[in-house]
Amino acid sequence: MENIALIDWSRAQFALTAIYHWFFVPLTLGLSFIVAIMESIYVKTGNVVWKEITKFWMTLFAINFAIGLATGIIMEFEFGTNWSNYSWIVGDIFGAPLAIEGIMAFFMESTFFAVMFFGWDKVSKEMHLFSTWLVAIGSNLSALWILVANGWMQNPIGMVFNPDTARFEMNSFFDVLFNPNAYSKFLHTIGSGYVMGSLFVVGISAWYLLKNKDVVKAKKSIVVGATFGLITSIFLIFTGDESAHEVALNQPSKLAAMEGLYDGHRDVGIVAIGMLNPEKQIGDKKEPFVFEITVPHALSLLGFHDTDAYVPGINQLIYGDPKEGIEPASDKIEKGKIAISALKEYKEAKKADDNATAQKSLVEFRANEKYFGYGYLKDAKDIIPPVALTFYSFHLMVGLGTWFLALFFFVLYFAMVGKLDKQKLILRLAVLSIPLGYLAGEMGWIVAEVGRQPWAIFEMLPVGMATSQLSVIAVQTTFWLFAVTFTALLIAEIKIMITQIKNGMEEH
Amino acid sequence: MKILQFYIDGFRDMKVGKSLWIIIGIKFVIFFVIMKTLFFPNFMKENFSNDTERANYVLQILTNKEK
Repeated sequence: MENIALIDWSRAQFALTAIYHWFFVPLTLGLSFIVAIMESIYVKTGNVVWKEITKFWMTLFAINFAIGLATGIIMEFEFGTNWSNYSWIVGDIFGAPLAIEGIMAFFMESTFFAVMFFGWDKVSKEMHLFSTWLVAIGSNLSALWILVANGWMQNPIGMVFNPDTARFEMNSFFDVLFNPNAYSKFLHTIGSGYVMGSLFVVGISAWYLLKNKDVVKAKKSIVVGATFGLITSIFLIFTGDESAHEVALNQPSKLAAMEGLYDGHRDVGIVAIGMLNPEKQIGDKKEPFVFEITVPHALSLLGFHDTDAYVPGINQLIYGDPKEGIEPASDKIEKGKIAISALKEYKEAKKADDNATAQKSLVEFRANEKYFGYGYLKDAKDIIPPVALTFYSFHLMVGLGTWFLALFFFVLYFAMVGKLDKQKLILRLAVLSIPLGYLAGEMGWIVAEVGRQPWAIFEMLPVGMATSQLSVIAVQTTFWLFAVTFTALLIAEIKIMITQIKNGMEEH
Repeated sequence: MKILQFYIDGFRDMKVGKSLWIIIGIKFVIFFVIMKTLFFPNFMKENFSNDTERANYVLQILTNKEK
């Protein structure tokens, strides 16, 4: 029997650590570039005010970086302890990108971070600026390798399953590296970090303007932040579109959940605003929405770049649609079971030194390999991720992203016409938007990861098969240990940040 | 030596950095000494002595659905 409590606690533990880790990462990604831009202005103009501005934001960057440092390593501990089957199975794929990430991070952090923080007045302006840019680029490239690994989990390509070692082995590094899912995810993720960094700079600068403190520096900062935020918000729309296109092509169950789409058809609209019917169950005739406002054609267009494209719904993915060539999930489950049985026969034949049977079993396994993961599912309905959580997370993320674009536009407009100080409402909204930026980022990850359920590796390995056989108590203990530790770190970050911000932009 | 001095001076001159280094130190002790050693042994390394045993164990899990 699968231990549901163990799986759920292992999931909860990983979700908790990933969510906390993501409180620190986006600001590092975004603020590093903003700081580099500010320092570039200083080097270009020679105006010392820009140097002071740069040093202030660099200090906040350092606080965030230091407190967030190594929070990601916890997930690697969890891989080894709680997700040992998964770690074994993917070790060959993840080894290369994660090793590159580790070496790169160490190299960057021990050298260019040191020059960036300790090198003021000790190296030339140009060398210091070069180091600041390298820190920004390096931090973002670090994210690339993590997202290459994550993108592979969403769209596993460039590998072959070795039935002797029970591992996916990489047969094309370039297929893994240039996985379209990894790239769209990488660009969208770093884009969200840039927007977060911009919201942070705009929000804190707005607070200074509201307090009538460090006004000149706050105004200069807000122009850089809002400009960067406006440009990267537009970038985020395009990368989000590409990311959704990849989901449409490779993860139709996630797309159906994101849109609450139960019955697929051609020429599908996108739900701009909607409330799901809480009584709706898969397979019944109830309306999926209590109310919804739909943009016609948009889902077909955005998902498949064709207004008349067919978009499968939850019902088609479960029960099949022969006209559109969609197999019922129950057929996939049967083929998956054949693959599992063939693998078992192969293993036993190899043990008995029966090569003829081993080869025959291997042929059967390969013929059904792409359905392998389905063989572990008990019910066809299991292929659908939690609809409500995925749908609301997706729509909240999109809604907030739209708000941020508008905010950056108005802040920049009023800053350029010299009337920003009088726009108290906009300044207050800018301050309030800082936590909303974090919320939007977390919602994005919920769409990506909850929307991937029930799979650890899409269609190849369900989460239930990826966990280690541990006691539930052990996982619960570490869950609460992490909850306390990470909450303490977050409180420390907020406290130190607030102290620094209250101290003002002088003397950093 | 110049590089070493660069780091020494850098750490000595830090303001907020000192409290950050204290946090980093405490955090590393919690993560790497307490959590890693007491709560996060590597399941495969702890329970199996070589890769063949690990592969056989995972194959056993994968081919025997009653985990």
